[in-house]
Amino acid sequence: MSTVDLLFWIFAALSVGGGLSMVLSRHPVSAAMFMIVSLVGVAALFVLLESFFLAVLQVLVYAGAVMVLFLFIIMLLDVGPGASKINLSNWKTSLIGFGTSCLLIFLLSALFPAHEGALPTNQIWPVLDNASESLSTDSLFFSTDISAFGYALMTKYMLPVQISGFLLLAAMIGVIILSKKTGSPSSNS
Amino acid sequence: MLTVTPHHFLILAFVLFGIGFLGLLIRRNILLMLMSLELMLNGINVALVTFSRVGNNLDGGIFVFFIMTVAAAEVAVGLALLVALYKKRKSVFTDDMALLKN
Repeated sequence: MSTVDLLFWIFAALSVGGGLSMVLSRHPVSAAMFMIVSLVGVAALFVLLESFFLAVLQVLVYAGAVMVLFLFIIMLLDVGPGASKINLSNWKTSLIGFGTSCLLIFLLSALFPAHEGALPTNQIWPVLDNASESLSTDSLFFSTDISAFGYALMTKYMLPVQISGFLLLAAMIGVIILSKKTGSPSSNS
Repeated sequence: MLTVTPHHFLILAFVLFGIGFLGLLIRRNILLMLMSLELMLNGINVALVTFSRVGNNLDGGIFVFFIMTVAAAEVAVGLALLVALYKKRKSVFTDDMALLKN
């Protein structure tokens, strides 16, 4: 077993164990802490997949900003440990859901090697393939370089960048309006 | 050379997605449900990065970038909604938000 294998198993166990402990933990603060562990494990998996920029982004955005926002809201609302109940009446439904998603895993992982190289891709979705060919004059290859990301974002993905900028603006305005509206408390509750 | 194949990464991605889905179903705390949504998005991100790496194509990586943007916006709006709801209902549980039920 090489070092990379060992690292993969360590970080896979870290991310899955962090996720499971997050789902099953009683206190919301400890749930957020386990979630940070899981996110850092996923960032390490990104490093193993050699996309270093996304690993840095994962730590900065998810573990840094999003989870701090979660912890801030937990602190603001003062949610205690007794306040986190697990919906036991829905165990059957949730187990069915979990089983279905696990079935999906194994179906997909069974389908993946069978179709590898077996089907030419332009026979599955010809319209989509032609569209992507007409959209990109040059194909974008995987690269560890950050400038490759910048180039792709500024050329092929210019419109999505602008749309996500607009989305962030809309989210910002929405959050400001939601938090500004004090309203009349307990008027219709 | 990796002896860990892309299959390992894909199965891990779907396990992460499944755990997030399980959390979304069994938890009644809206904060925990939002965190489970984040976990599901992380599973998707792992799968996308794996496909991007294996297929030698940068598009998957770029999509992870956009998913992160959308997830950040979603969490911000969701938590603002939660705070606004908490001001009215004094609760963060889905049981107490059955106003439209019956």
